[in-house]
Amino acid sequence: MKWLTTLFTSSLGRKLIMSLTGLFLCSFLVIHLLGNFQLLKGDEGVAFNDYAYFMTHFLPIKIVSFGLYAMILVHAILGIMLTIQNKKAKGKTYAKSGTTNVSWASKNMGLLGTLILAFIFIHMGDFWFKMKMDQLPMVMSESLGFEVKDLYFRVAQAFENPVIVIAYIIGQLVLAFHLWHGFGSGFVTLGLNNKKYSPIINAIGRIFAVVVPIGYALIPIIHYLR
Amino acid sequence: MNLTLKVWRQKNDKASGKFEEYQVEATEHMSFLEMLDVLNEDILENKGEPVAFDHDCREGICGTCSLTINGRPHGPNRGTTTCQLHMRHFNDGDTITIEPWRAEAFPVVKDLVVDRSSFDRIIQAGGFISVNTGQAVDGNSIPIEKEIAAESFDAATCIGCGACVAACPNGAAMLFTSAKVSHLGLLPQGKVEQDKRVVKMVETMDDEGFGNCTNIGACHVECPKEIKLENIARMNRQYFAAKIKA
Repeated sequence: MKWLTTLFTSSLGRKLIMSLTGLFLCSFLVIHLLGNFQLLKGDEGVAFNDYAYFMTHFLPIKIVSFGLYAMILVHAILGIMLTIQNKKAKGKTYAKSGTTNVSWASKNMGLLGTLILAFIFIHMGDFWFKMKMDQLPMVMSESLGFEVKDLYFRVAQAFENPVIVIAYIIGQLVLAFHLWHGFGSGFVTLGLNNKKYSPIINAIGRIFAVVVPIGYALIPIIHYLR
Repeated sequence: MNLTLKVWRQKNDKASGKFEEYQVEATEHMSFLEMLDVLNEDILENKGEPVAFDHDCREGICGTCSLTINGRPHGPNRGTTTCQLHMRHFNDGDTITIEPWRAEAFPVVKDLVVDRSSFDRIIQAGGFISVNTGQAVDGNSIPIEKEIAAESFDAATCIGCGACVAACPNGAAMLFTSAKVSHLGLLPQGKVEQDKRVVKMVETMDDEGFGNCTNIGACHVECPKEIKLENIARMNRQYFAAKIKA
């Protein structure tokens, strides 16, 4: 059994965990975004509320969502631990920092990740927690034939506030920088770095880092402008 | 050319060091180390303690010279060791900040000299081939693809200077360790012990207190031998495979 514990406690093993959880979270970003696009349908939230009901009452999705919470926590806690350990391993930093041709995001993943974690807490506190704590009004669902929680109401209400809209846009900007380095880096950690595949993976990563956050940012912007 | 040098001075590993400022007159034909020799002669003439710095071959192949010059290991030029850096790349009147390699696994011995024996211990853990080679065999008796031989040779050009660790904001030694793992593991003679080698070298690297790689790539940018990041991915791959293999 020792091989297994050393696999996950070694520097490379912990990187592997960061990579796998990170790439899983990337897949979640896509699913979450596609679901959220129903907020833009202009149907006063009928489709979105049905979707929210489905996501919170369908057993396989519920199981996956607990896995997701666990992965967010593992990715965040391990990331913070690694950042602290790396700062320690570096010790004294240079009095004069040279210009090295590397991306700013790659050197600040810990900071960016911490900001994203803070964003997730605020975001979940505002929507998920309010839904779980029954703080939302109920609305009749025509297609389901019974009353469901009106999550759309809370979303529409929140995005009337320009401060929240700006906070969400900043959150997406931070996410974009995190993904700019994280997506490609995850594959390098898995051992995928060669002349054939790396340019493709990196290109997909860069497009992903731009398109996904823009997609998310569009939701509060469009809601606010409506 | 007249230069102002801000040099890190530190008595020993226990002392807390500080910068001291010196004026030195150099010519553009001098190497960076020759400029420091001139500085030390000046200091000695004034009965001072000369600046300690590492140097040996002075032709860019031994990996002994270090020095972080203006925040960049081995100075501003790509693919160049400190000893091969010439003063013509600086301007008259420049202020140059000189610091030792910064990483907890490289404690300062004195001034600009750091203890890099942690690298030796990584090599001792697996950076060798322990098969009995017998007599020299005919050059072509073991066929090796040209690309693989070149890849291995590229990795073997690592001189173990530690610039990768010095450049890394995490103080990680992945580029060094992966270069050593790759240079042996790509060739038939080295493949035999590769699983054992990669596991032992990675574990020793961790034990020595190096940081964790986050694929920033600063190591490759500052490496005087321009060792490729592909080596790091290869080591990741081989480490996981070696650990999982029954």
